[in-house]
Amino acid sequence: MAIDSSFNTVDMMVNMGPQHPSTHGVFRMVLTVDGERIVNAEPYIGYLHRGTEKLCEGQNYRQCIELFDRLDYLSNFNNELVFCMAVEKLMGLEVPQRAQYIRVILSELNRITSHLMFYGAFGADAGAITPFLYGFRERERTQALFESVSGARMMHGYFRVGGLAQDVPADFVKNVKELMPFLYQGIKEMDDLLSENDVFLPRTKGVGVLTAAEAIDLGVSGPILRACGVAEDLRRSDPYLVYDRLEFDVPVGQNGDCYDRYWVRMQEMYESLKIIGQAIEQLPDGPIVAQLPRGMLRPPKGEAYARGENPRGEFGVYVVSEGRDKPYRVKIRGPSFCNLMALKTLLKDAYIADSVVILGSVDIVLGDVDR
Amino acid sequence: MEALLKEVFSRFSPETGYAVDEVTLLFRREEILEACRIAKTDPRINFDFLRCLSVVEYPESFQVVYHLYSTTKRHKASFKANAPTENPMFPSVVSIWKGADWHEREGAELFGVTFEGHPNLKHLLLYDEFEGYPMLKSYPFAEIEKP
Repeated sequence: MAIDSSFNTVDMMVNMGPQHPSTHGVFRMVLTVDGERIVNAEPYIGYLHRGTEKLCEGQNYRQCIELFDRLDYLSNFNNELVFCMAVEKLMGLEVPQRAQYIRVILSELNRITSHLMFYGAFGADAGAITPFLYGFRERERTQALFESVSGARMMHGYFRVGGLAQDVPADFVKNVKELMPFLYQGIKEMDDLLSENDVFLPRTKGVGVLTAAEAIDLGVSGPILRACGVAEDLRRSDPYLVYDRLEFDVPVGQNGDCYDRYWVRMQEMYESLKIIGQAIEQLPDGPIVAQLPRGMLRPPKGEAYARGENPRGEFGVYVVSEGRDKPYRVKIRGPSFCNLMALKTLLKDAYIADSVVILGSVDIVLGDVDR
Repeated sequence: MEALLKEVFSRFSPETGYAVDEVTLLFRREEILEACRIAKTDPRINFDFLRCLSVVEYPESFQVVYHLYSTTKRHKASFKANAPTENPMFPSVVSIWKGADWHEREGAELFGVTFEGHPNLKHLLLYDEFEGYPMLKSYPFAEIEKP
């Protein structure tokens, strides 16, 4: 039946969240819909705002690290790393090789656990509950490894300015080597389950398309930007730690749709395994923390912006120091915060049934959005 | 990098400095919008990606720091502009980089800075009825604490 365009219709408002299982936390969006099509989407954030930037100003540099764990709570090591790098930049510290390699190994393992969480949640968003259970199986064992290293499954507080809190346990190398084939097999199985799935493909292919130009203009980074066809990975384009010594590919999508965002993350897990394999072979002996001045850390007056490739994109920390033991100003550029700005563009003219899949493909962590 | 930036922005004569490994250019407030537009469109530098936009409160002024990056040239720099404390107003750069939107809203609600020309400067992280600007140094950490 053809629709008479002169027929008078009224747009309807649909409120989603803040307590909605598909919003991955406390996120609210108000959708204006015309029938099944979304005309406008207005995101509302801030339900988890804890004032991390203000809290940092009241604590010394060592205490700040703990706050960074609580931002993007699925990639704790990566967050700590970037803050430590910012302070190290300010102080001009050279981090020992062993610490750098351990940082790489843990950050990449953390990338895998984060993407596994994405995999599970995205499957659930698309209507399949099995991926959620599969994802957690591998994630659990990796977290057990994290616990053996840092004493905590999630809020590690393991990286320090200049190095690490303590050396890794004696069986660390053995455990990582045992874990890797297990992870590979698990990821392969998940890949087989969903990547060619006849129900999954139509739900995600061609849905929520973002062009490369739009993505760059919106400040989108990470897997979402790479899914649009932009080969921008900070580990390659602005190398930090020892990434310039390690071989890996940067997976790039073509269409910038939900499927490509999913596909890029799946491929990244294989690449992370490659990185871990090389890093564990090259892992040198030696000290794990740089020579630091006694007492409180007092970086010289100045400012530094450090950035790292988090699982969700560019995590940036801008630190202004006045030469005191507490930072004068800390600005956190959360990748989820910037990626979420693209949601309005993504949801425009999409079907309301696809809104959950599109939001899932952006893979936000509200702790990082609201800070 | 510094020489190239000096050449492009010769008519503004910005004050150059270094943030460890990055060149920083301090522009006058009236010129920052024009400078940002040139930074994005000039093919020699082509800063198409706004990494971060931060507001910093100094004792005598507010400062906005634009961390820029070029996805084509793969280089970076940061721009700065100052505004006096009595009149903390900056031009909005949303028309240049759409990604500045939420950063500016955040700066406005937390610092009390105004971004002129921003399409929607409502509260973002704080609830609508919230009064005061929590990121100011004069704002206490907790209610029991004296400013």
